[in-house]
Amino acid sequence: MAVYNPFSLQGKTILITGASSGIGRATAIECSRMGASLVVSDINAEGLQETISLLQESENIHRMIIANLANEEDIELLINGLDKLDGCVFSAGVGSTKVLPFYSKTELQRVFDINYFGPVLLTNLLVKKKLLAKSCSLVYISSIGGVHFFSPGNGIYGASKSALDSFVRFAAIELAPKHVRVNSVCPSRVETPLIKSVPISEKEVQIDKAKYLLKRYATPQEIALGCVYLLSDASSFMTGQSLILDGGRLLT
Amino acid sequence: MEINNFIEKFAEIFEDTDTSVFSAQTEYRNLDEYSSIIGLSIIGMVDEEYNVMLKGEDLRNATTIGDLFNIVKSKM
Repeated sequence: MAVYNPFSLQGKTILITGASSGIGRATAIECSRMGASLVVSDINAEGLQETISLLQESENIHRMIIANLANEEDIELLINGLDKLDGCVFSAGVGSTKVLPFYSKTELQRVFDINYFGPVLLTNLLVKKKLLAKSCSLVYISSIGGVHFFSPGNGIYGASKSALDSFVRFAAIELAPKHVRVNSVCPSRVETPLIKSVPISEKEVQIDKAKYLLKRYATPQEIALGCVYLLSDASSFMTGQSLILDGGRLLT
Repeated sequence: MEINNFIEKFAEIFEDTDTSVFSAQTEYRNLDEYSSIIGLSIIGMVDEEYNVMLKGEDLRNATTIGDLFNIVKSKM
C-alpha cells in the first residue's frame, strides 16, 4: 500500500526561478525529494548546474534553463522551454539597503526589475500561453520586510516585496476560476547569500538574531518546506494568502 | 581624497548638529544626533561619494571621523 502523504509532489512538474542559490536552490532540492520533476532557472549557469547535481535522483527528468528575469527576451526564452506546469516558485530576488537620500532611479529599477516586474511578467506569459495545469499552485517568495515589518534602509527592497505580495492577491482572484492557487511565503531573515549583501557586521547579526523568539535566522530548507506545503495538495484550500515564516520575529 | 571634503560631506548628513562641531577628532557616535539611520546615511554617503561599501562594523571600529576617513581610504 502506498504511504499516505498529502505533501507529496509525485507526478507534478514544477518551475523554480532563482534556483542557483539560497531559497530557490533549497526549494528545488526539497521538491525533488518529494517526487517532483523540476525545471530550474537562474541567470547564474554555474550555480544552476550545481543545484541540478544536488537534486534527488529518480526516474524524473530535471531540466535547467538559463534566463535573466530582468530581461523580457529571456522571460520569453524561458517560457518557450516549458510544458504544462503543476507549480511554480518565484524565488529570484535581490537585496538593497539604502536610506532615502541615496535612492536612485537606477537602484529602484534594478530591484523592481528582478523582485517585481520579473515574476509578474513571467506569470502574465504563463497564463497567456496556457502553461498552468488545472490545480496548479503558484508560490511567490515575498518577505516580512515591507509587508509586515518596516526598518530603516529597507524601503526599496521592502516596497518591491510589498508590490509582489499585493499582486499575489489579485492573481489569486483572477486565476481562481482556472483552479490555480496563488500564495506567497514571507520569510524573515534566512541564511542565504542575499543577506550577506547587507552591510551589517557579524556582531550586529548576533544582536539581530537575539530579537527572534527562536534566536536564529531560518535555514533555506525551512522556507523550502513552506513552499512544498503550498505546492502540494495539502494546501488545496489555501489561496491569496501569505505564509509568514519568521521564527517569531514579528511578536518581539 | 581629502579629509576636509570628507568632513564636509559627513557634516551634511546631520540636521541639528552645528557644522563647527565636526573635525577629524570628533567622536561622532557620541553626538546626540547620532542614530542607526545616521549610520546608514554615512554608509550611503561613502558609497555615493567614494564608491566604497562600508559595513556597520567599520563604523563601530572608528572612534573619530578621522578614523573612519582612514578606513574608507584603505578600501579605495
